[in-house]
Amino acid sequence: MGFQWGAIPGMLPILLHGLMITVLATIAIMAISMTIALPVAFGRMSRNPLFRIPATIYVQVLRGTPVLLQLFYLYYVLPFAGIRLDPWPAGVIGMSLAYSAYLSEVYRAGIEAVDRGQTEAALSIGMTRARIMRVVVLPQAFRIVIPPIGNIFVGLFKDTSLLSILTIREVMFEGQLLAATTFQHITIFTVIAILYLAVCWPSAAIVDRLERRLKRAPGDPHAVATRRRWALPFSAREARP
Amino acid sequence: MIRLEGVDKRFGTLEVLRNINLEIARGEVVVVIGPSGSGKSTLLRVLNHLEDFDSGTIYLDGKPVFAYTENGRRVRDPESRIRGIRSRVGMVSQRFNLFPHLNALDNVACGPLHVLGSPRPAAEAKAQALLERVGLGEKIRAYPAQLSGGQQQRVAIARALAMDPEAMLFDEVTSALDPELVGEVLRVMKSLAADGMTMAVVTHEMGFAREVADRVVMMDHGEIIEVGTPAEFFDRPTQPRTQSFLQAVIRH
Repeated sequence: MGFQWGAIPGMLPILLHGLMITVLATIAIMAISMTIALPVAFGRMSRNPLFRIPATIYVQVLRGTPVLLQLFYLYYVLPFAGIRLDPWPAGVIGMSLAYSAYLSEVYRAGIEAVDRGQTEAALSIGMTRARIMRVVVLPQAFRIVIPPIGNIFVGLFKDTSLLSILTIREVMFEGQLLAATTFQHITIFTVIAILYLAVCWPSAAIVDRLERRLKRAPGDPHAVATRRRWALPFSAREARP
Repeated sequence: MIRLEGVDKRFGTLEVLRNINLEIARGEVVVVIGPSGSGKSTLLRVLNHLEDFDSGTIYLDGKPVFAYTENGRRVRDPESRIRGIRSRVGMVSQRFNLFPHLNALDNVACGPLHVLGSPRPAAEAKAQALLERVGLGEKIRAYPAQLSGGQQQRVAIARALAMDPEAMLFDEVTSALDPELVGEVLRVMKSLAADGMTMAVVTHEMGFAREVADRVVMMDHGEIIEVGTPAEFFDRPTQPRTQSFLQAVIRH
């Protein structure tokens, strides 16, 4: 069966509902992982091995194994240990943990990218380490990490398709169900591809614009007036381990 | 006011400071010169405890600070005491290190606001007055990226002055500046010296040293090799190393 325009109106409500689930899952996972990532990043940078070693193990384990495997573990393996999670908690927890590991590395890189001279200047007027972090380092690190976080966000949006293996009815899961009953594979998966692109392409374009804006210091007269390029939804900078 | 007794510092096997003995009296301007790698910058950084030192003692107003030997054991000051000392001794470095996300006023207000706990209006009024003093009253809303090197360095000086320091350390503050911008920064430093500020200045500006310094200190290989008043030092240097250094510097 080829591409059938006539089949689209019938399947679109189902797929759009799936897309909504995908968006909701992305937002939930992003919010949770961005929160967890902060203490992990500080743990990684700590001089105290009591914080540093567990944080490092956490990051390496979660970065070094596929998210798919982590989800399998939570949903299909843990029940053997007597821990039974519903699909949504398993999916959101699993992906939040994985992404908190990626994000913590971005945070850490951002904080470490702030010039050491900034900290020294603040130390030499007598500021405390905590206040230097809050007043001097984090505001600068924030500007540095926004673009990579945006890219991770876009990557996460696509990765939520993994939730389909936990029977969460996001857009890929709905597509597979529809395909199994209607055999409209070409139509269904083409429409799904377009739906993903409809979200990712503009998002990636926004991230690109933000990145250009944030690249310069406030008030910098030598603004980088780069030509606006077509933003691709799978940016080369979308650095995922 | 500041006294160093037998201060040593090593980076691994490299001795960057060797048996430094130096006293800086209140109101005195001491200029430190010497070739790069001679330990001049490290000396200033040790005075603000941005670098640790390995042995010897530093006295501030007669009291040992940062780290000292007590009953044969090396004792370290707690962070809070070190912070207290840093807030009394201002430091300005070659690379300005202004906070790029804050405008000139907020940069200068940082110390009063975040260290002294002044209310914001008071901190800003003080910052405004200091920026006027360094000739930047028109630029209080400018961000560092909008200022020239000389202007940034003057903001950095104002930021240190906002803590009402009892002494100021200047670490090659004009070395990163275009030659035409050096004068405006030196003028600010001269006026500070004229007001009686205690200053330790590492610089390659021999004219400044001759004009402003009470004493000039020559360092080489981590050691102080000669100390004298500008007249003695520049006109009758005793050490061959000082003579050759001065010749090399002044020839340009």
